[in-house]
Parts: sequence; structure tokens; C-alpha cells
Amino acid sequence: MTGTETMKTTYREAMRAAIRDALQRDDRVFLMGEDVGRYGGCFAVSLGLLDEFGPERIRDTPLSESAFVGAGIGAALAGMRPIVEIMTVNFSLLALDQIMNNAATLLHMSGGQCNVPLVIRMTTGAGRQVAAQHSHSLEGWYTHIPGIKVLAPATLTDARGMLWTALQDPDPVLIFEHGSLYNMHGSLTADAGAVDIRSAAVRRAGADVSLITYGGTLSTTIAAAETLAGDNIDAEVIDLRSLRPLDDKTITDSVAKTHRAVIVDEGWRTGSLAAEISARIMEQAFWDLDAPTERVCGAEVPMPYPRHLEQAALPGADAIVAAVRRAVG
Amino acid sequence: MSRAAAKGAPPEAAHRRDLLRQMLLIRRFEDKCVELYSAGEIRGFVHLYIGEEAVAVGVNEAVTAEDSIVSTYREHGHALARGLPLDSVMAEMYGKTSGCSRGRGGSMHLFDVSRRFYGGNAIVGGGLPLSIGIALADKLRGEQRVTACFFGDGAVAEGEFHECMNLAALWDLPVLFCCENNLYAMGTALERAQAQTDLALRAGSYGMPAWAVDGMDVLAVQHAARGAVEAIRAGGGPHFLELRTYRFRAHSMYDPERYRDKSEVEEWKKRDPVDLLACRMRESDELTDADFQAMGDALTGEIDKAVAAAKAAPAEPVEDLTRFVYSPEPI
Amino acid sequence: MPVLGADMDEGTVLEWLVKPGDEVRKGDVIAVIDTEKSAIEVESFAAGTIKQLAVSVGETVPVGTVLAIIAEPAGERAEPAPAATAAERMPRELARPEPSTPAVPAPRPVSPVIRHRARELGIDLATIGGTGPAGSVTGEDLEHAAARLRPAAAPLPTAASPRPARSPQKPGPGAGRRRVTPLARRLAAELGVDLAAVAGTGPAGAIREADVRLAEPAGKRAAPAAAAAPAARSAAERNQSMRQAIARLMARSKREIPHYYVSNTADMTRVMSWLYDRNRELEVSQRLVPAALLLKAAALAARQVPQLNGYWEDDAFRPAEAVHLGVAVSLRGGGLLTPAIHDAAGLQLGELMSRMRDLVTRARSGRLRSSELTDGTITVTNLGDRGVESVYGVIYPPQVALVGFGRIIERPVVVGGLVGARPVVATTLAADHRATDGYTGSRYLSVLGDLLQRPEEL
Repeated sequence: MTGTETMKTTYREAMRAAIRDALQRDDRVFLMGEDVGRYGGCFAVSLGLLDEFGPERIRDTPLSESAFVGAGIGAALAGMRPIVEIMTVNFSLLALDQIMNNAATLLHMSGGQCNVPLVIRMTTGAGRQVAAQHSHSLEGWYTHIPGIKVLAPATLTDARGMLWTALQDPDPVLIFEHGSLYNMHGSLTADAGAVDIRSAAVRRAGADVSLITYGGTLSTTIAAAETLAGDNIDAEVIDLRSLRPLDDKTITDSVAKTHRAVIVDEGWRTGSLAAEISARIMEQAFWDLDAPTERVCGAEVPMPYPRHLEQAALPGADAIVAAVRRAVG
Repeated sequence: MSRAAAKGAPPEAAHRRDLLRQMLLIRRFEDKCVELYSAGEIRGFVHLYIGEEAVAVGVNEAVTAEDSIVSTYREHGHALARGLPLDSVMAEMYGKTSGCSRGRGGSMHLFDVSRRFYGGNAIVGGGLPLSIGIALADKLRGEQRVTACFFGDGAVAEGEFHECMNLAALWDLPVLFCCENNLYAMGTALERAQAQTDLALRAGSYGMPAWAVDGMDVLAVQHAARGAVEAIRAGGGPHFLELRTYRFRAHSMYDPERYRDKSEVEEWKKRDPVDLLACRMRESDELTDADFQAMGDALTGEIDKAVAAAKAAPAEPVEDLTRFVYSPEPI
Repeated sequence: MPVLGADMDEGTVLEWLVKPGDEVRKGDVIAVIDTEKSAIEVESFAAGTIKQLAVSVGETVPVGTVLAIIAEPAGERAEPAPAATAAERMPRELARPEPSTPAVPAPRPVSPVIRHRARELGIDLATIGGTGPAGSVTGEDLEHAAARLRPAAAPLPTAASPRPARSPQKPGPGAGRRRVTPLARRLAAELGVDLAAVAGTGPAGAIREADVRLAEPAGKRAAPAAAAAPAARSAAERNQSMRQAIARLMARSKREIPHYYVSNTADMTRVMSWLYDRNRELEVSQRLVPAALLLKAAALAARQVPQLNGYWEDDAFRPAEAVHLGVAVSLRGGGLLTPAIHDAAGLQLGELMSRMRDLVTRARSGRLRSSELTDGTITVTNLGDRGVESVYGVIYPPQVALVGFGRIIERPVVVGGLVGARPVVATTLAADHRATDGYTGSRYLSVLGDLLQRPEEL
């Protein structure tokens, strides 16, 4: 198959291809986490990799988040390029001390001596009725921390391409994979490879309102945009891709064009990433606004188990459409 | 690490003299820190190593420049024993750019990657995961290196300790766990924190060789550490040493010490590691009082010079505040 | 008093364990100090004899205070307890560790390119740090500083600015989009005001509520909108009454004074060339602008043609003793003031320029003294920076003349039979025909033109 031929694949398979690619090209890379080897990965991302690369490089760990995340940091300090998989963002709280006080901090605290070229992958988000302790979206929390970078691949191209770039980065990078995306179907060219991890992408151009989102809510937002098109409201959809640092320019260029912004964020509303983006739009694009920025966020409740309640707590297309209508006035 | 032998003396005697000098350097440095802190020249938190010198010096004799050290906030002794230049450690205490961490870390965050000294961690138990990671990297690359990880009896209560002991044994990692048991985690005595206070026994339950050592006797520490490191290098997996020691001063600089009796401190002071070795050397005619005095004076002179240099050194300009949040270039 | 804990500011002496005359060794415990947390024993860092206990039992003193004086064993000079010495010297500085570099960096090399760019960007070099060699300021440092300053107000055009006036509306990131606050927009909609006709006085020319109110269609007194701030209303009212005053004065002038007009063109080549040479030797803040020379020439010419410098009162002309040169200053939001530079003919150029600047600033902020507004003996209106070539103004009674300058512009000029391009300015005079005839007026402009050929004498 030549480079430009496309093949049907899924987000999960694209992520697997990215990991395989990294393991093949750079023998400093190894994957470490719970059930990544024998089990094939909780979400089947690393299925088959153990057979291909062996137990040293596809390393199963016990349930010791703090220890194995810290070990990833230590290995990175010593020159490796580990990919640490924390099963979900919910369990990352057990490793928060290592991430915050070591990974994010060592470079600055040592006066520039200690690089931590570590990648941490985590599954995130809600929508599968797994209740309060398994449904968090904490990307916004992590974007608060200076010293790390935070990514949210929402497309197959990004699932395939962000990992390599992140592994080459001299600083710790967190990659959040929304659980609802793994089964997403699409196509990739055979030569699909590394992509940049700095810029946001305009997924749908429009002129009337800027819809700004990331990760799992991208598809919902695009669906909302299609609905609005039926009402002659032309929505521009921006996929942030990089959550820290944010691509301010793409955001403000869009708002300069549309004069209205609606931010869609699955995290809880108070102190959210949406709040940060809203503040930046106020600071940098106040004079371009014709209406206050709107935020469509997760309801501030621990996620309940029943389906209808969970759906009510998550940002849905209806809420996005309503927010746009308020903004357009 | 070997140093020049004293003229005419047999190598063991010269070596002991060197050990004494290293311990005395740490002792005098820490004494100076008390003065400087009381005068308000060093700020923040300072955790003194007075009384524990034999541990840092003894273990350091067992490792090479290729091995790695991970330490805690009570790290001045480890840093100096490792060979971090006196000037750079003192400058770091003053927060100046000539400090080993560019002045950014202070007493609790000394780093020197060129000497494979990976700090300096203010979170109890926070360094253990780093040490197993470094050891993991060495093992994956087939290096014959050892990582020496220092921590206190307090860390044994943290979950990270147990996770790391298990992981190190499970993966056969070349780590020397050095538990400096000085009987107190800040103000909490060991017997009030642990149901089972025999720490070597506890460590052994994770599946690694573990034993207790008299941490006030630098020669005993050295002997035990050398044995453990040899075994690790030979592929014996992680080892654990419980170094039974004592800190003569408070947890950090001054505290009311309501948690222990003065008489207990006095008892332990009878086994002051510096005096212990000096006495032995006097008994075997390797050391005279004049020698000892001269050694101390020379060290005091070097420390005073380091203080002067630290005071004169520049502070980092405020404009550089956000440098090294991220790396300026790829590595 | 030693620092016994990271958050200790003061301590109380609970007990002295030594008295004057006692010998102490380094490390001996000599006192017990009470802090907020507990009682702590403190040691001596020096050896010697206690000479004096400076703080009594029960006294609370700040960290760094001398507690005791210990004489060294040689007994020659007293040394305060070391615990106090260093802290005394720098107590508060160390309480919050700060870099020892001064707030304003020491002078360091600045290249002319950087100086020029800094001026363009409106940045004071003394306020930014340099990351180049020897701490010099680099182009990147300037761009960073400029980015931090944005959106700053655009530099206000002064009455005599050499640069072409900037229009108050800077184009926003969207091409052609004007800056209007949400409140102003709503108000304009309510009042039926066309935003395109409104001048903005907010940051970077943004249109604010006050601007919309000022532009209300005449005769329409809108009911105050709910969110109107009291301060904005009084500014609008002030503008209203000023307009009425100007209206009365201008109408009276045209009614009572028979105006005649003469005009000329003055060759500014010598002035511009002299200015260029002169300014190269001066600090940026000292540099002269062409308007200063025009004003000086106008004043000197008025001294030579005194019939134009004075007042028409009671059917007669009364010449003034000195030339108090009125300068027309346009105000933001509309309006005009003409404060006078006293004794303009006698001032050095630098002085004249700074007086002019001062008057303009105070005129714009409403801080003129009444004498400055009433003492003018002849007035100059310089609309060159507004872009017009020449101006024929209205005389301010009881004065008898108004001098006008237009834009300094390059024009084709015939010199020695050949056509060349020269900087020239249109000079005009509006004069009171009751006081003078055309001959006098023409003479004035002629003298003025001559003076401008000898800039070094101005």
C-alpha cells in the first residue's frame, strides 16, 4: 500500500499504531501501566504489543499508581522515554504528588538540570454509566500546573500522530483519551505520522459564532453546528488539541471573525478550562464581542449512575444550540 | 572514592582519616547552618544531619560516580559526601545562582545531575518512586549501576514506601534502600507510628535481603553498604539497610523537643559518630589531638570562605523567573 | 534575637542563664526564649566574656535585636552576640528573599536601532530588562514589552506634533471594525445615534457611553439610561456649555470685527535642515519640533510689527508691551481653548516648546489658570497636523490678529530658474481692519517668512 492510500481504522487502532511506531523507532521508549501487557490494555489499546515487544518494554505494573508514575519520572530522568499509562484519570489522583511535585517541578527546581521527557496517557470522561468515581474529566485541573503540557487528541489523525511528537518533547506531556472515542471509525492514510502538538484546529469554518471545545465533546459540538446550520446560523468549530499551552491566536482570530464564543467543556463549570478560555477571550478579544461568552459545561454533581441523569449532567447538543441562540440573540 | 593518603601512613589509616574528615566537614557545615539560620541569613526550612554523619559517609564509600543517589530534605550530609562542592551547596542555602540548583531549591532541593545526585525531596517518601525509576532505566539498558535511595523511618508509613519496595523486588531492580532510622518522624516516635518497629524485618517481607546496621559507626556502615552493593551489582536485586542512628538536634532547626527526653539525647551523644571514629584512631595512634584540631580548623576556614563566596554571589534576576518551567530546547 | 522558626518575627526573653562577667564557650546555652509556639534554649556562637545583657527578662523584641554583648577572649573590643549582627544589618530584606539587583537596571549599552524602535513603540527603555549581552536590550525584549503594553492608548496628538495626526479609531483585529463598548452600543441603539459619526475617547479610540451621549442629535435630551455614571454626565454637560461659549465668542467676533486675510508661503528648507542637525545632538526628550520654530517666529514677527500685537478696545488700538502668544488647543470630544505662552518672543526655543507642551496638557485636562486664558495678545492656530494646507481663522476679540499655519509639505518650487522640491508651509493672517490695513498684514507675513529663513536666530 502506498503512502497516500487510505485505510479504514479506529481511534483505538490509530493509538496502537502510534505506540508501536514509537517502540520500533526509539528503543528508549517503553510502555508501563496496569494491564497493558497480558490483558492487552483496559481499553484494548495495547493488544498484541506484548507478543511483539516483550515484557520488558510492555511492562505490567501492580496497582501502585504513585510508584509506577514516579518510576516513569525516574526513568525519564535517567534518559529513557517512558509511556506511562494510568488506566483512567480517576486513578491518577493517587499519583498526583508525583506528577505535580516531581514531574512538573524538577526542571525548574533544579535550575534547569533535570529534564523529565515523560508521556503519561490517561483515559478520561463519562458517558458509560460507570458512576461517580469513574467518570471524571480532570483535564482542566491538570492545565492549571506549570511545567507540564496537556493534549486532547479528538481525531484519528491526532491519535496516530500526537504521541511521537509528545515523546520527543523534553518536558512531561499528558495525553487525555476520551473513553467514548476508542470505537470511533474513520480512515487514515498509510503514511499518517507525527503531527504538531501546539495548535488548535478549525474543524468546521463558520462566520456567526465560535464553538470552542476539545476531546470527547468535539463530535457533539459538530452535531450542534449542523443543527444550527439548518437555522441559518453558521457555526465555526474549533478543536483545541493542546490544552496547555492553549493556542490563543486561533481562538482570538475566530472570535474576531464571528464576535460570539461558546465554550463546550465536559469538566465541572466552576474553575474549569472553559472559565480560563472565557477569561482569555475577555482579555484579548473584548472589543470583538457582541455578546458575553457562553459556557456549556458538566453539571456540578458527582456523576450519577442512571442513564438519563448522566445525560442531563453532560454537555449535550441541545444545550450547545441553546447557548448559541442566546449568544446570537 | 579514594583520596590522597596521608604521607607515610598505611592505606587503611589514610582511609579512616578521610572518613573522619568527611564526617567532620558535614558536622562543621551543619553547625554553621545553625548560626546562619539564627541570624536570618538562611531562610525557610533547614533539616540538620548532626549525629547522622556516619550514614551518608559510610554508604557513599560503597557507591561509585556511575551510581545514583536519591535523598530527602535532610540531605546536606548526602550532598557533601557525594562530592557536591562546598561552595555550591552553601550558595544554594543562600539562594544564589552559583548554588547547585541555581538558588531555586534551597536546603531541601539540592541537585547535581553531573554527579548523579537527584535531590532533595520535601515530600516524605516522594523520592522512592524516582529511585526505582532510575534503577529501572539502568536495568533496561544493561548497566551495572546501583541507585542508593535514602529515606527516614517516617517514610515507612507512606503508601509509596510499600508500593516501591514491592515493585523493586518484583522487577529485581538494583536499588539500595537506606532507611535512616533516627527513631522519630518529626515529633512522632517510631513506636507510636508502627505496629511492628523492626524495620529490617518489615522490608524483608517484601522479598529482599534486609538487615539492621549500627548507624553511628561509620566503619560498620561502610562494611554493610559495600556488601549490599556488591550483591546488587552481582544481580542480587534490591537490598535494604536499616541504619540505626539519631539526630542530635531538632527535626528542623529549632523545635521545642517535647517529644523526647533530654537524657535520651545525651545518651546517644555518647556515641557521636565523629567522636567514635576519632577515639578509635587516637587509640591506634593514627591521630593526635593536634591533628584533629588542625583538621577542624582547616574545614572551618573552608566553610567560612564558602559563606563569604555565597554572600557575594549574585541572585537570579527576577526576569528569569519563568525560565526552566519548560525546556528551552529539545534534548 | 535569633530566628528560631520560619515564621518567627519576635521573641521574649524568659530566662538568662548567664550574667555579666561569665565566661562562655561556643555552643553554651545562654538564654531561654519564648516564641509563639514554645520556649527554646539558645546558644552562643561566640566564645568570650559576657559584657552586657541588653534585653531584660520578660521583654519582647523583634528578631535581629541585640540580646547580649560578648567580649572576645583577648578582651579588646566588644562584639555583639553574632545571632544579632547579621540580622541587624539586613533584617527585613531577608524576611522576604529578593534579588539584590536594583529595580531599575544600571545603565547599559543601547543601540540606536533599539532606541529608535523603542520610541516607535512608545516604550521607556529604563523600564524593561535586557536579555542580550551585558544585559543590553534586544529587539525581542522590545517586542515582548510592547506586547505587554498592548492595548495601551494610542499616543495623543499634540497641537504641534511633527507626526501626522492619528485618527482616533485604530482598526481592530477585524479589518474596519470599530471599537465600541457593549454599553455604548446599546445606548446608541436606544438613542438612535449613528456610531459611524461618533468620535471615541476610550482606550485606543474606543467609543464609550460618554461619547455616544455627546453625539446625541441636537435638541434631544434623552432620559438618562439606567447605567449612566454621574461623572460621564457632567463631562457631557461641561462640553455642552463650552460649545455655547465658543459659539457666542465666534459669533461676536464675526459680527464686530471686519476681518481681512492675507496669505503667503514660507520656504521651510532652512528650518528643517537646521532642526535635523540640531536634534541629532539632543536627547530624545529635548528634541525640537517645527511648531516651536513657527511659534517663535510668529512671536518675534509680532514684536517687529507691534500694530498686530494688542487689543482693540473703546474704539482704539492699545498695543501690548510683550507678546503673549495664544495657542489654539483643540480638546478631545470637541471644544477649543486658547491659552497663552507669556512673553513668547523672549523665550529660548527649548523653553517655548516645554511651555507649549505644558499648556496643551493642562488645557486638555482642564487645569489652566484663568490668566493663561485671558492674557493672549495675538493668537496662532496651527492646524498643520490636522492635515490642512492653510487656515483662515476667526480672531479672538479683543485681539486684532490671528496667525495661521498649515501643513509643512513638500512642493515643487522654482529656485534659480529650476524646479525643485522644497518643504514649504502656508502662512496666513486674519487681521482686524479697524486696527490695521492690508499693508501691515502683508508686512507681518513678510517678516515672518524672513525669520523662518534664519532658524539659527530664532
